[in-house]
Amino acid sequence: MYEFEFETPATVADAVAALQGDEAQALGGGQTLLPTMKQRLASPSRLVSLSGIAEMSGVSADAGTVSIGGATTHGAVAAGAGAYPALADLAGHIGDPAVRNRGTIGGSLANNDPSADYPAAALASGATIVTNAREIAADDFFDGMFGTALNEGEIITRVNFPVPEAANYQKFLQPASRFALVGVFVARTSDGVRVAVTGASETGVHRWSEAEAALSANFSASALEGLAVDADGMISDLHGSGAYRAHLVAVLTKRAVMAAG
Amino acid sequence: MPKDHGIGASPKRREDIRFLTGNGNYTDDMNIAGQAYIHFLRSDVAHGTINGIDTAAAAAMPGVVKIFTSVDFEGVGGVPCGWEITDRQGNAMQEPKHPILAEGKVRYVGEMIAAVIAETADLARDAAEAIDLDITDLPAVVNMRAALVDGSPKVHDDLTSNLCYDWGFVEENRDAVDAAIKGAAHVTTLELVNNRLIANPMEPRVCIGDYDRSSGDSTLFTTSQNPHVVRLLMGAFVLGIPEHKLRVVSPDVGGGFGTKIFHYAEEAFSTFAAKVCNRAVKWTSSRSEAFMSDAHGRDHVTKIELALDGDNNFVAVRTDTHANMGAYLSTFAPAVPTWLHGTLMAGNYKTPLIYVNVKAVFTNTVPVDAYRGAGRPEATFQLERVIDKAAIELGVDPIALRRQNFVTEFPYATPVAVEYDTGDYNATMDKLEQMADFAGFEARRAESEKNGKLRGLGVNTYIEACGIAPSNLVGQLGARAGLYESATVRVNATGGLVVMTGSHSHGQGHETSFPQVIAEMIGIDESMIEIVHGDTAKVPMGMGTYGSRSLAVGGSAMVRATEKIINKAKKIAAHLMEASDADIELKDGTFSVAGTDKSVAWGDVTLAAYVPHNYPLEDIEPGLEETAFYDPANFTYPAGAYACEVEVDKETGQVTIERMMAADDFGNIVNPMIVDGQVHGGLAQGIGQALLEGCIYDDDGQLLSASFMDYAMPRADDLPNFEVDHSCQTPCTHNPLGVKGCGEAGAIGSPPSVVNAVVNALRSGGADVTHVDMPLSPSRVWEAMQS
Amino acid sequence: MTEVSMTVNGVSVGGSVEGRTLLSSFLREQLGLTGTHVGCDTSQCGACVVHVNGDAVKSCTILAVEANGAEVATIEGQAAEDGTLSVVQQAFQDHHGLQCGFCTPGMVMSTLALLKDNPKPSEAEVRKYLEGNICRCTGYHNIVRAIMAASGQDVAIAAE
Repeated sequence: MYEFEFETPATVADAVAALQGDEAQALGGGQTLLPTMKQRLASPSRLVSLSGIAEMSGVSADAGTVSIGGATTHGAVAAGAGAYPALADLAGHIGDPAVRNRGTIGGSLANNDPSADYPAAALASGATIVTNAREIAADDFFDGMFGTALNEGEIITRVNFPVPEAANYQKFLQPASRFALVGVFVARTSDGVRVAVTGASETGVHRWSEAEAALSANFSASALEGLAVDADGMISDLHGSGAYRAHLVAVLTKRAVMAAG
Repeated sequence: MPKDHGIGASPKRREDIRFLTGNGNYTDDMNIAGQAYIHFLRSDVAHGTINGIDTAAAAAMPGVVKIFTSVDFEGVGGVPCGWEITDRQGNAMQEPKHPILAEGKVRYVGEMIAAVIAETADLARDAAEAIDLDITDLPAVVNMRAALVDGSPKVHDDLTSNLCYDWGFVEENRDAVDAAIKGAAHVTTLELVNNRLIANPMEPRVCIGDYDRSSGDSTLFTTSQNPHVVRLLMGAFVLGIPEHKLRVVSPDVGGGFGTKIFHYAEEAFSTFAAKVCNRAVKWTSSRSEAFMSDAHGRDHVTKIELALDGDNNFVAVRTDTHANMGAYLSTFAPAVPTWLHGTLMAGNYKTPLIYVNVKAVFTNTVPVDAYRGAGRPEATFQLERVIDKAAIELGVDPIALRRQNFVTEFPYATPVAVEYDTGDYNATMDKLEQMADFAGFEARRAESEKNGKLRGLGVNTYIEACGIAPSNLVGQLGARAGLYESATVRVNATGGLVVMTGSHSHGQGHETSFPQVIAEMIGIDESMIEIVHGDTAKVPMGMGTYGSRSLAVGGSAMVRATEKIINKAKKIAAHLMEASDADIELKDGTFSVAGTDKSVAWGDVTLAAYVPHNYPLEDIEPGLEETAFYDPANFTYPAGAYACEVEVDKETGQVTIERMMAADDFGNIVNPMIVDGQVHGGLAQGIGQALLEGCIYDDDGQLLSASFMDYAMPRADDLPNFEVDHSCQTPCTHNPLGVKGCGEAGAIGSPPSVVNAVVNALRSGGADVTHVDMPLSPSRVWEAMQS
Repeated sequence: MTEVSMTVNGVSVGGSVEGRTLLSSFLREQLGLTGTHVGCDTSQCGACVVHVNGDAVKSCTILAVEANGAEVATIEGQAAEDGTLSVVQQAFQDHHGLQCGFCTPGMVMSTLALLKDNPKPSEAEVRKYLEGNICRCTGYHNIVRAIMAASGQDVAIAAE
């Protein structure tokens, strides 16, 4: 790592102030940022830790919404988001136990790794990403691989998930990293069904609109018969071709629907 | 009733206490007062011409002690290769110089170009980034077949081509094998890849060089499986330091699996730089560095043909292999695809005619050398895969086909130059059949089918040659070192023993199992015996631990030294009891005179040896310390039968190992608990090769599987509980313990049964598949199912 | 440089660190607690697992300054003062759950965290929980047996 200054603000306001300046970077749980810095692929001159900001931590549920502070660890979500079981289950399968004790939802969403789990949950749930400055609908938040609508120095303070009537996340593991080779989150609400896919596309997390339309009309695996995903634009690497990923999207969507019941 | 003591018992491992409490002493745990830190600047291109290296800015950075480039090593030797292969025409292999720091060209991603010594590791790395490299990229060659085409980029300009050698074995049999295949009733042909692997012991490599200006002594602390070999190679061939002025220490080592056998340039650099800088220097490999600097393993591309007569007897085997050497020859690299591979092509079968051709090829990749099994897994895999394919083609039972062709009479001289001293391949297959419940397989398959899964069963046998090796034989085959082992047994006045062994323990538990042998011989408690290893200043000589040789060779040296001790002690006892030497018996730690009630305790004799008041000084010297060197008369030949049951998810291609069974014949067993553990670990690595692990370069020579993010290490939930058995025991006939070695068996024996099982499963689902290349990742299996 | 202080295995310690100093480096290099090992640089192998405020974390992926004021537990603090091994440590020895010993400290610390949350895990739960701890020697078979034994359960999960 390159050397940097380290700040531990106690409030969002202090954090925002500390993040002013070109080379400052927010630090959530550090489970992606610190390895990246070890490889010297990131070189912030100042790291602003968000883990000491009490108002950004914790899970609450009320009136059909689960609200999660941006600095809440995956482990805390797994334990505390029982009002949204599919989300708690997803959080309980991110990385490994030690990673879940450090990594945070805000960090994951802000990084928007194309193989991360939370973006699929946020997009399928129609979550609202709350920052120090504004509220951003998940549909407007994700912008390709590693891209988001966040401005420089903007912090995810909270994420609000409307709890669907039924939901399930299916993750197929990349055998080495254990990130999602493909992950599919299906959520059924009174407004219809949303299907979000992670790991598969060169454009990052995205919705599968054909499946959504079919499932909104008939929420069952049989509704997906005949639907196929185009392999064009799918990631192709040493762990699987674009065609394989496209195939997995269909398989996992079916399994998610069956598991969501 | 299991024994609780001596040979055959399973005492808890004494070394575990320090490992379980954080008190291990691994190389990176060591620090020497005043030490500086090394950072190696490594090439990020696979092939290029070095036009210039400007270190001025880096040298001026804070904390920098010195920066080295190749010009600092003028007159210093290259890293030597320990084995010379003679090709089919009788010519020596092509052997390029392997410089410590790149000279003029870089030839693989990860090759060291420069080294910064600085006050901290971070400062060294900071400065390395400030070195200004002027490198012109050259086209890289990664694919072995492409490397042999005229006009291919040459890895070494001063060699005639990228061909290291073209080896034929047994060359005199070539025409007869060709004729037998031409005239055979049936020939099964299989082309396959033995995937390139990265050993990845959990402890990355570390070196600490130290120099004492007052004495002129150099010391290297290093993560090695064989410190004496490093001392010999580095001292004699690289740095010109005589052995009495060079000490090499390998303390606790966190796993080796072959990749810590070799003498590495980092070791020579650290030793050299400590002297130049007149202070200790330390290098700790990151895992990322390990991926591009530890020698890789396997990487064979093979075509094998198995010829059978009308009664399904094997009549000939012909194989053609391309073996990747990488950019330079690592210590034992040339021997792996030749003598450790070709000599095993008979397998467990009495095939009368065998011809093996191996073309070793230079490419712009990390050097490739021995990895757990080394050559023998490659032989086993192709043979056991082609037999399964033959069974499919002929419509016969794969086990019956194997049994029909088993070698059943011993000793058996194979047509590939080795003589199996003993074995019973039907016995291990019988045991496997008992363990595996083959009769119940169809019911299990039906159950899997209900869950949407294809179930497959795969079986194979294996044989390996280990207990490496008879020095006179390997000398004829091109080895540049002897492969004996030594041990010194020192008995202290009060009866305790210290054994200085050249074998090195980096997980094998020698500190526990070696004392069991001596305890059995003398009849004393294991707690009276201590094992010292891993330090050239303490152990007289040693060739180290690899090739499942520690107990068979190192243990035999220890037995020989202990026999000398006992013989001398009997003379002392005879004197004390005023009896004849020939009448002295040793049992349960007590010497007695046969046919009398006279006896004297072990401790009384050892005390007399050091307090020789009443002692036959005219006949024997005081003291009780003996050294023995043991050079084996033959290899040992562990063998076994393995089975695997898998489930394959029809929709995703995901393979799950449901059962993994191993019936091994290791000869006599000293510590069954440790043997089980060795097999478990080997199975995990074999399953890893079969399902998960693959080292992948792109066409430009960039390593794509460059971290645990892309190189799939087996995790706990990738593996089943293993079912292992070693009750079939045909003791080795030529070493004093009757032991054969168990360290590599699991890794050698398991990949074919996994692949056989998956092919069996896929065929049961209707796919016309006879082979899938490893690793059988979900995507590859899914693609195979689409056929 | 920043001054940090924390409690490690019940002992108050302090030191001066750079921002970039990892907790694993602080433990190993400044405190001399070399039982915590570093086996990778991508936060996967788990050889470096310690507990920070009761939670298992990868000490190579947390800055020393982030652990300022924390309660840290490492492998060195697990045996009794007289050297008696803890239940988990003893189970690893009894069941040959280690070979080279390099991954072992992380395995033990992860096991403690598992059994705190789930005192009687199933074998499948044990294997899943160890997702972040890589062992290259044992094939995990005897590690799983050791953990089952440490949780007071039947270890006859394989006939051998």
